[in-house]
Amino acid sequence: MNIGVLALQGAFIEHEKMLRSLGVTVTQVRLPEHLTDLDGLIIPGGESTTIGKLAVQYGLIEPLRDFAQRKATWGTCAGMIFLAKDIGHDRQPLLGVMDLTVNRNAFGRQIDSFERAIPIKGLVGDPFPAVFIRAPIATQAGVGVEILAQLAADQIIAARQGHLLATAFHPELTHDSRLHQYFYDIVDQTR
Amino acid sequence: MTVNGNHNREQQDGQTGTEMVKRGLAQMLKGGVIMDVVTPEQAKIAEDAGAVAVMALERIPADIRVHGGVARMSDPDMIEGIMRAVTIPVMAKVRIGHIVEAQILEAVGIDYIDESEVLTPADEENHINKHRFKVPFVCGCRNLGEALRRINEGAAMMRTKGEAGTGDVVEAVRHARAVNSEIRRIRAMDEDELFTYAKNIQAPYHLVKETAELGRLPVVNFAAGGVATPADAALMMQLGMDGVFVGSGIFKSGDPSKRAKAIVEAVTHYNDPQILLNVSRALGEAMVGINVTPETLVLGKRGW
Repeated sequence: MNIGVLALQGAFIEHEKMLRSLGVTVTQVRLPEHLTDLDGLIIPGGESTTIGKLAVQYGLIEPLRDFAQRKATWGTCAGMIFLAKDIGHDRQPLLGVMDLTVNRNAFGRQIDSFERAIPIKGLVGDPFPAVFIRAPIATQAGVGVEILAQLAADQIIAARQGHLLATAFHPELTHDSRLHQYFYDIVDQTR
Repeated sequence: MTVNGNHNREQQDGQTGTEMVKRGLAQMLKGGVIMDVVTPEQAKIAEDAGAVAVMALERIPADIRVHGGVARMSDPDMIEGIMRAVTIPVMAKVRIGHIVEAQILEAVGIDYIDESEVLTPADEENHINKHRFKVPFVCGCRNLGEALRRINEGAAMMRTKGEAGTGDVVEAVRHARAVNSEIRRIRAMDEDELFTYAKNIQAPYHLVKETAELGRLPVVNFAAGGVATPADAALMMQLGMDGVFVGSGIFKSGDPSKRAKAIVEAVTHYNDPQILLNVSRALGEAMVGINVTPETLVLGKRGW
């Protein structure tokens, strides 16, 4: 299994380490040709404006959209914004493949960033240690979207739509690999 | 509503200001460029060019060198103006050891504080106890001992000191190489040797041990101080830095917007010489630069 991690900017090395610990081959994706032969893709956390600009600059938007329409793709934090169909008034390039309405920096500034243990549908065992860093939130989800975790009715923090996965928080910063295993299973089922 | 928002209701069951959350923001800035800006207009240019964050300050280091005098924390009004202008994180500098300047910036709702040798130190023996703050801190270092002392005080991110405001990358290279080579050395040491090494570099043993095990600093480490060109930025990335601060290099150059974009692209594609070639073309006048000589080596020596 070969999973790509979009490596334009942000915490991509942490995803890479997590995937390697599950025995996955990992490819850093910086240019469209790096998407060839991948079974799945993670769009990591980072600054969504920066990642968006670099993706446009290097012709990645269409190839990424095409990839996400066909193959397993997981967006964390900035990656969740990138996958969403609607981000309100903010203007930035989107893939628009997931039926989510996402609000950027939904919790405020860095001093409002927080961590909290949260139960996630589909994960066995303890609540998941979720780390929210200037995190977005999904306020609405379409009918085809399965909500995996939420803080309130209009605060969705983990969701799945077929082969697409989105989380507002950062599993890659923790030592808990259950969500990476969850994504591994999606990749395995859909490749 | 204050600048730092009214959102605490949602987080009341969660924990803010933890070590994970403070270090975590730096993780999200990796592979990115943080740019010095003195006006909201410059902040917009930086954001549009793809900066991951901006450093709000009244005078960039090159001008601090020219003007002389005491360099202090910037006016909160000026910092808030920049915070309103962009959606990316905003950082600001306080003087080494100036606890109250840090409290004021925390009250403003700043996203990161740089306890910086670029400003005139307020305390010649002690740095700020950064554990007491919810806002994360970045500090400069020239070697492993200095880095681990700052981390022990609560710094959630490190940067090389380099020599700010010179446009000469030589000191940043020296500091990056020093930290790297010391980490390589401690990786080969046994526990007995680590005790002695920790003592010799005046760093806490537990952090020396953790660094040896990780094979890198326990926090994100950026390059800073003298980066002026895309090639300088890519050089620092190839030396293992996690990202780059550019101070005077952008807005002291002929075409700030173009140079800023070029440096952002150079940091992402730091290992691709063809892309580095393309982004290095026709950038206009670089900042003039001051060679780092024993006389200009002033700022890097501050910090204890």
